[in-house]
Amino acid sequence: MTRENLVNILLAVALLAAPLAANALGQAFYVTLATRIAILALAALGLNLALGLGGLVSFGHAAFFGIGGYAAGILAAHGFSGEPILFGLPGTVQMPVIWLVAVFTAAVVALLIGAISLRTSGVYFIMITLAFAQMVYYFAVSWPAYGGEDGLSVLVRNQFPGLNTMVPLNFFLICYVILLVAIALFALIRASRFGAALQAARQNEIRVATIGIGPFRIRLTAFVLSATITALAGALYADLNRFVSPSMLSWHMSGELIVLVILGGVGRLFGPVAGAALYVAFEFALGSLTEYWQFVLGLILLGTVLFVRGGLLGLFAGKARHG
Amino acid sequence: MTFALALEQLLNGLQLGVMLFLMAAGLTLIFGVMGLINLAHGSLYMVGAFACAAVAAWTGSFWLGLAASLACAAAAGAVVELVVIRRLYDRDHLDQVLATFALILIFSEGTRWLFGSFPLYLDIPPLLQGAVQLPGGGEYPIYRLAIIAIGALVAVGLYVLIGRTRLGMRIRAGESDREMIGALGVDIRTLYTVVFALGSALAGLSGALVGATQSVQVGMGEPILILCFVVIVIGGIGSIKGALLGALLVGICDTMGRFLLPQLIALLLPPAQAGMVGGAVSSMLIYVVMALVLAVKPRGLFPPAHV
Amino acid sequence: MDKVMAEPVLQINELVKNFGALRATDGVTLDLRPGEIHALIGPNGAGKSTLIHQICGTLRQDSGTIRLAGVDIGALSTADRARRGLGRTFQVSSLVSEFSALRNVMLAVQAKQATSFGFFRPVMRDVSLIEPAMAILERLGLAHRARLPAAELSHGERRQLEIAITLALQPKAFLLDEPMAGMGLEGSKALTLFLDGLRQEAPILLVEHDMDAVFTLADRVSVLVYGRIIATGTAGEIRRDPAVRTAYLGDRA
Repeated sequence: MTRENLVNILLAVALLAAPLAANALGQAFYVTLATRIAILALAALGLNLALGLGGLVSFGHAAFFGIGGYAAGILAAHGFSGEPILFGLPGTVQMPVIWLVAVFTAAVVALLIGAISLRTSGVYFIMITLAFAQMVYYFAVSWPAYGGEDGLSVLVRNQFPGLNTMVPLNFFLICYVILLVAIALFALIRASRFGAALQAARQNEIRVATIGIGPFRIRLTAFVLSATITALAGALYADLNRFVSPSMLSWHMSGELIVLVILGGVGRLFGPVAGAALYVAFEFALGSLTEYWQFVLGLILLGTVLFVRGGLLGLFAGKARHG
Repeated sequence: MTFALALEQLLNGLQLGVMLFLMAAGLTLIFGVMGLINLAHGSLYMVGAFACAAVAAWTGSFWLGLAASLACAAAAGAVVELVVIRRLYDRDHLDQVLATFALILIFSEGTRWLFGSFPLYLDIPPLLQGAVQLPGGGEYPIYRLAIIAIGALVAVGLYVLIGRTRLGMRIRAGESDREMIGALGVDIRTLYTVVFALGSALAGLSGALVGATQSVQVGMGEPILILCFVVIVIGGIGSIKGALLGALLVGICDTMGRFLLPQLIALLLPPAQAGMVGGAVSSMLIYVVMALVLAVKPRGLFPPAHV
Repeated sequence: MDKVMAEPVLQINELVKNFGALRATDGVTLDLRPGEIHALIGPNGAGKSTLIHQICGTLRQDSGTIRLAGVDIGALSTADRARRGLGRTFQVSSLVSEFSALRNVMLAVQAKQATSFGFFRPVMRDVSLIEPAMAILERLGLAHRARLPAAELSHGERRQLEIAITLALQPKAFLLDEPMAGMGLEGSKALTLFLDGLRQEAPILLVEHDMDAVFTLADRVSVLVYGRIIATGTAGEIRRDPAVRTAYLGDRA
């Protein structure tokens, strides 16, 4: 077993054990904190598919996170009130249905955004994804039907067949299982033919084209897959907070998602988990010390970028290995 | 819809475009010469606005505030370049994005620390208060006309600076060939610091000028920064001419879109819905324009030849 | 005589490319027939690279046509041209540097199979990729280096890997851009022998500076000077051609 695998297993066990212990001690708050880690890790895992494997620096993944969130919020609002959404289609408070809608909507939007932004590369791609996410943000802000700037509350957490989701530990377990499934999928994709083509296109686009693999279609597929995972996380995030607002769509959120990926280590299987855990821990520890914790976060991030290459897992698990 | 109202909106669009140009010029210059994407450019805009508001409140003079905004933003830019940015030129864009994102956090929270979370207000100087009559019967604030004039002056100034001076020659050399400029015996490190400080000063000036029409607050730089990204993506990254045309296009499209689209939609939909749809659609207009430009010219209207 | 009469595999007709006032490709007409090695030589700056870029689709010609196996490929993307059977190597090795030599070839095998949209089966346990890739590496004597990242291979090995990747594509025509560059005497000899046999699999358009290799291998030689083909013929004809001697070989004498 490699050192990275060992660190990965430790991370997976710790993320499960901590809330179980907290729950046994009656500390529901820490269960919520762990849920937050799992959801942010899932969102960052989605981004890691595009960013880590494909080298696509999307500064617009908040759009998909927010779309997932709004899918949950809007469906739940209609499910709760009984009013149809459009053309007599009903809302729902069932999580699995909500997840499907979130994933499908994000896929359609990502297909549009990706088809335009992937015609470019480098700085253009960064700026264009940022701009499109901002477009979605302003749309949410100026569309008053679902709360506009004020956001939308999810009055009661949505339901999952056979589980009481209002119990914090149950909701954590749902998120945790989804995270593990997504990590497994990520590992499969990374090792697959598609993953090989995607990673090769990141390293040498011309080589990939010269053997007859069109980088555009590979990247667009990766971008869409990536968006769907982040959207699923967004739907869970809305259920965690029982609230969704344009802040989920903001450029700041996109930046945070990149930070999570980088803190953990780009392209690494458990990088997003490590990054999310570190981020939430910072937020919690520093946030209790100073109101201006993001100042310290900025310094730490700057130090990481300038002086530590390979992220947190790079420190503990050694250099990334390639087959 | 009257002619006067339309003219007023057009001038508003022009004013927004001019402000965007001040920001975008620095951004595109920094990319063109140093190959750096600087997310923290919006922070320098904010620094300029706060410097102006603080000095104006302290001395009672808007003009001293304006001078302070230039000086503070340029100084902040130079320090940032010396301490952080300089280490990023050889890095990939991802590192540049992250490091400058970190700078935003540092600047924003640092400013909140110093000035608190409440917005500051900046008064328009007495000389520029009041309004002028527009042809067709409307009135338009003198201050906003002054902003347009200042923007036009800066555009001309930049044109002369880059086209006619030694510094400009070096900047152009830096854009076309980084090795050659070293061979010319130009101290490239100093040149980079100067270009970065110049771009920062323009951002600071723009922040101060806009600060007097809105409020001065933490986070004010980022929305306009993202508009500037749209501007330089449309114009072609690295091109000053592209930045100017892109800025005017975005400024006027955005303002006129918000003015005209709801009225157009009102012809098709009942008023209540029209307001909602119109507002949402017009907020997306410039991004649609950007998408259309990219669909035809993926590298913008004036792509620099060498990138 | 059969060779000469056969339908050309690659047919370039009246290709023109301008950069501003400079005509980098000036009405180039060139063909590649089954079973032959057609060498393209010319002094530096003659426009060889520009021509290769147009054949591969990284540059678009201003006018003229490029046909591969009878199909006009002049407007296709680089990837589409490769799928239609154009196998190209690079003058400066262009590999997926973090991938092992084996995975570089496996990627080409997968490209040939058109199976890049497989999401679940791990490539490193996939014999339908590994076996053909290993066979090709063995053929080039690289099997013992299969597991090394491309970045850690020696210069000569990287050149050979380039060719291995192209072999995996089973192309209709090879386009080899200075395969001998920096190979050393021994390496060049071995590679010359290898290419000599390779022409049976598919014809080779060989761009090369190594004149020994060119005159040993080439069935025909074309000379490109200032973007124009000034002569095409057998090695002997080219050696004797007065225009070639002044324009190109003359400065070597």
